[in-house]
Amino acid sequence: MSETSAKPVLLTMRGIRIDGRSEDTWSPIIKGVDLTLRKGEVIGLIGESGAGKSTLGLAAMGFTRDGCRISGGTIDFDGIDLMKAPEAERRALRGKRIAYVAQSAAASFNPAHRLIDQYCEAPVQHGVMSREKAEADAVELYRRMRLPNPEEIGFRYPHQVSGGQLQRAMTAMAMSCRPDLIIFDEPTTALDVTTQIEVLAAIRDIVAQFDTAAIYITHDLAVVAQMADRIKVLLRGDEVEEADTRTMLRAPKEDYTKSLWAVRSYARPVQPPVTTGVPVVSVQNVTAGYGAADVLKNIGFDIHARRTVAVVGESGSGKSTAARVITGLLPPRQGRILFDGQPLPADYRQRSRDQLRQAQMIYQMADTALNPKLRLRELIGRPAEMYLGLKGKALTERIRDLLRLIELEPDRFIDRLPSELSGGQKQRIGIARALAAEPRFIICDEVTSALDQLVAEGILKLLDRIQSEFNLAYMFITHDLATVKAIADEVVVMQNGRVVEQGPKEEMFQPPHDPYTELLLSSVPEMDPDWLTRLLAERAAKREGQG
Amino acid sequence: MTVLIALLVGLALFFATGLAARVALQAGAPAPLKPLFRDMPLTAAFGLAVILFYILVAILAPVLAPFSEHEVLGGQYLPWEAPHYLGTDKLGRDMLTRLIYGARNTVGIAFATTVLAFVVGSILGIWAAVTGGWIDQALSRFVDALMAIPALILSLLLLTIFGTSVLTLILVIAAVDATRVYRLARSVAQGIVVMDYIEAARLRGEGMWRLIRREILPNAMAPLVAEFGLRFCFVFLAISALSFLGLGIKPPTADWGSMVRENATLITFGDITPLLPAGAIALLTVAVNFVVDWQLHRASGLKE
Repeated sequence: MSETSAKPVLLTMRGIRIDGRSEDTWSPIIKGVDLTLRKGEVIGLIGESGAGKSTLGLAAMGFTRDGCRISGGTIDFDGIDLMKAPEAERRALRGKRIAYVAQSAAASFNPAHRLIDQYCEAPVQHGVMSREKAEADAVELYRRMRLPNPEEIGFRYPHQVSGGQLQRAMTAMAMSCRPDLIIFDEPTTALDVTTQIEVLAAIRDIVAQFDTAAIYITHDLAVVAQMADRIKVLLRGDEVEEADTRTMLRAPKEDYTKSLWAVRSYARPVQPPVTTGVPVVSVQNVTAGYGAADVLKNIGFDIHARRTVAVVGESGSGKSTAARVITGLLPPRQGRILFDGQPLPADYRQRSRDQLRQAQMIYQMADTALNPKLRLRELIGRPAEMYLGLKGKALTERIRDLLRLIELEPDRFIDRLPSELSGGQKQRIGIARALAAEPRFIICDEVTSALDQLVAEGILKLLDRIQSEFNLAYMFITHDLATVKAIADEVVVMQNGRVVEQGPKEEMFQPPHDPYTELLLSSVPEMDPDWLTRLLAERAAKREGQG
Repeated sequence: MTVLIALLVGLALFFATGLAARVALQAGAPAPLKPLFRDMPLTAAFGLAVILFYILVAILAPVLAPFSEHEVLGGQYLPWEAPHYLGTDKLGRDMLTRLIYGARNTVGIAFATTVLAFVVGSILGIWAAVTGGWIDQALSRFVDALMAIPALILSLLLLTIFGTSVLTLILVIAAVDATRVYRLARSVAQGIVVMDYIEAARLRGEGMWRLIRREILPNAMAPLVAEFGLRFCFVFLAISALSFLGLGIKPPTADWGSMVRENATLITFGDITPLLPAGAIALLTVAVNFVVDWQLHRASGLKE
């Protein structure tokens, strides 16, 4: 975060208006936003999904997605009017002077070509350097991005490297022509916290080294606080406010910004730990896996009524596999699942209808968890019809009650299809479907990780309210420790299929920790703009101390 | 010049039929269906109108036809003059009458065959995808084996074994076609089976029939409907091919496919009569595909 106010202006966007087409009408996505970026400066664009962050970011390249058009405003990039410039001229800029890093590197790399081939494409195509030079350059940048084995990693295919490495390789690729401007579109959203840190640090260093200007798009405030010199908040295509990072974090002016800032402070009251009584669900010495490999190695934990047990860990730690064992989708090799003290059959097909009813599941992606061709009436009504034998009027009344419970107006929603709902509303339907069975235990598998923070908070509050209303036991699978802080009573930390630490939440968030828990906890970005710098310094000091 | 005029008249007829059908359907439809017909493209309206017309003709064949289906009425290959408005065929039967009865036989059989092939093929295909394991393997390899035999040879074989009646004809062509539908349905369903909502339905304890009917079939509809339009046309070809070989619809029953063949010689004399049954098939296939395209568009949520 260098002193940038004296540097020349690189990009000026004035009164940008972008329309999107749905059916046959154009509706505005961006409603007249200004943006100025100086050389070497990083601006953070934040807002909920649908705020127009990505659309505005892409417009900085003079580009719009299919079905969108820029209907007004001017874009001036270093003296070139991108709105008036012919397509050939704009194309010559892209990749060379303006580069783009997409959210999902896994989906953006061509799986059929090696990383280094894709790296060399832009510089060779634009005539910046020869193939040999580009390859040497790639190795250099891979080293600067702190990728392991920089000499060799380029010769791998995208599926042969991890998600965090791929995201860094993509950033290196974007730097290949030493552009003046890079647009980062949620580059770390799909990554685990521990991986995210490495990517953030690498991106920040390389942008500073080459004095590249950047537009950093994210919905994560703590991340943007580390990366940006200035922050611009967007809401439904309008600018809410813009200020430099420290001012914005310390004293946001607008109510909307304040509400964004306040989300992370939600926490439910601490509940006394349960020591007596039969747990609703008890996982005992479970070992399970696919094929020859064990994904879960002798894990065990209990979940009591009215308690939320958060299961945390990185992707691949076995959290979701544990859920599959409990639901009976994956019979364990050893160990058993007790429900109210009674052993459950290992395979869901052998469980009675009532046993199935008692344990319900809410999925991460409501999009794939709700049959897109069924109306809400059937989606929610089916479990009630099946398990409780409700029919006709009684069934309709039950569906309407459930819709009211999840705060959706029954008359407006009962005959809608999932595609006619927003992301948060879909997740609420997932909750209603689980509740329709009148269960005693619900598995929530990353239910909020696909949602914006404000929406996610609403879902967490709803889950919390329902829990006390119906005496439910929750198993809450998540990789987001902020969520854990908000709603968990007990925490189970998993790594490589083992439980490394478990206990009440208050204990977990207080030292001493297991080293892995420590790593997880310290990797959660904080709103303090100096957090990343400090953390990296601390970790470096620790390594030196050990070495 | 005449070609141009014919083309213009054809286009005008197409638009007129389409517009008229759209207005009529909108006026006649029950309230909840009205918006459906309002947004209907002209092509689909035209297609619907043609299909309705064919159905009407098929049902009312005995009333509409001026003569009897089998009766030999006069000279062979009479020209287009009253009372034989479209002339007579090589045995001296009335062409118009046979065209009208042909709608009944050909369309009826083709429709029954296609529907049967789809019901059997898609249910088995989805069932195999949901069940997996050895049932899937056994069924799929059996279907592969059937598909390895050329369709015409297989149908001939089956027809010689089971004899030639209209019922066996329907069953045999349906069986052969069902293998193709099975393949499609299975591959489409395999993509759907891995979705979370299927897992949710299984964990709910849903039975196989409900899984197939409510959870998977609605989501597999778009490709199946598209395939239906194509298959329907191929069935015409299959029936005419079999009729040509003497194993299809038995004379003297009127069938468009055999009518083309029986009167084909007329073409050499510049008489277009044999093209009439061919045109009837062509028009229907075009109409069916217009409607199918429209449904496909709606089902898949594609935008222009």
